[in-house]
Amino acid sequence: MVVFVNGERTATNKTTLKELQISLFASEEVVTILDGYQTDEDCRLKENMEIIFMKKGVFPSKKEWEHMLYARNSKDVQKKISKARVAIIGLGGLGSHIAIELARCGIGELHIVDYDVVEPSNLNRQAYRMSHLGIPKVEALEQEIKQVNPFVKVTAERKKIDETNIEQVLQRDMIICEAVDNPKTKAMIVNEVLTIYPEKWLVAASGMAGYGKSNEIKTKQITGHFYLCGDGISDAGAGNSLMAPRVGICAGHQANKILEIIIEQ
Amino acid sequence: MVKVNGISMEQIANLTVTEFLQKNGYQKEYVAVERNGKIVPKKEYDKVILKDEDVLEVVSFVGGG
Repeated sequence: MVVFVNGERTATNKTTLKELQISLFASEEVVTILDGYQTDEDCRLKENMEIIFMKKGVFPSKKEWEHMLYARNSKDVQKKISKARVAIIGLGGLGSHIAIELARCGIGELHIVDYDVVEPSNLNRQAYRMSHLGIPKVEALEQEIKQVNPFVKVTAERKKIDETNIEQVLQRDMIICEAVDNPKTKAMIVNEVLTIYPEKWLVAASGMAGYGKSNEIKTKQITGHFYLCGDGISDAGAGNSLMAPRVGICAGHQANKILEIIIEQ
Repeated sequence: MVKVNGISMEQIANLTVTEFLQKNGYQKEYVAVERNGKIVPKKEYDKVILKDEDVLEVVSFVGGG
């Protein structure tokens, strides 16, 4: 019988999953992932089964990590994700979460751009910690990304994006995520990207302040390669602040659309 | 008739993009305008004249991120 264990073609005379596990990891506690699903159940081995055994609490090698993602998401899908590069402009409540979600999916490269440092007022909704206060967001986020997936290539640029530098900053990126908070900067980014780079994919956001009305946050295709997430109207301001859950929903919409573009285009 | 964000609107043909935005309460710093699937660059807002049958998407940005 031949099966694949942690990506390696393995010949075995064992007949069940548990027997195989004991023969390879006799005294250790392991997590078993069988054809993409984590399982505690024993079963009979079948030819060419994809099995991942991971020691509990121990970080795997790059190869084991990749094969775990292949097993979970299918090899075709995962290869596309791990080859993809995404630019994220603005690393606040949207951008910081979008970056981490894509890192968890096994994205190949994140190009993260922001000029700011982490402030106490960011902790209500952004993916930072007290220990990051005063540190540039690009640095703090790179640390967080590496904590959830050390194999992502992170290209960090501490820069304020404007009309004079946007063309150069985004020249190598085919998928661009607008995640800044200033509405004039949002409009500038969208206008410039659609004018200079109409062939690129752009996922922007507008309208995610307040609480409740989860289902009013939508992903809308405006035209061709341009998508807009949010409810389009909930402006951040006095009496309508940005709160973690609703900003998180919008970040999820953006990350999910980006993933769809990566996998299907 | 010009279609704006999916809704047919009268008395818009023959306006420039700038005039259309002013008439409808949009501020140009906060919007992106696509006409028949293509972005209208900001520097052309005064020059581009809307025509009957045009399809316009006006995206207006609010703050937050």
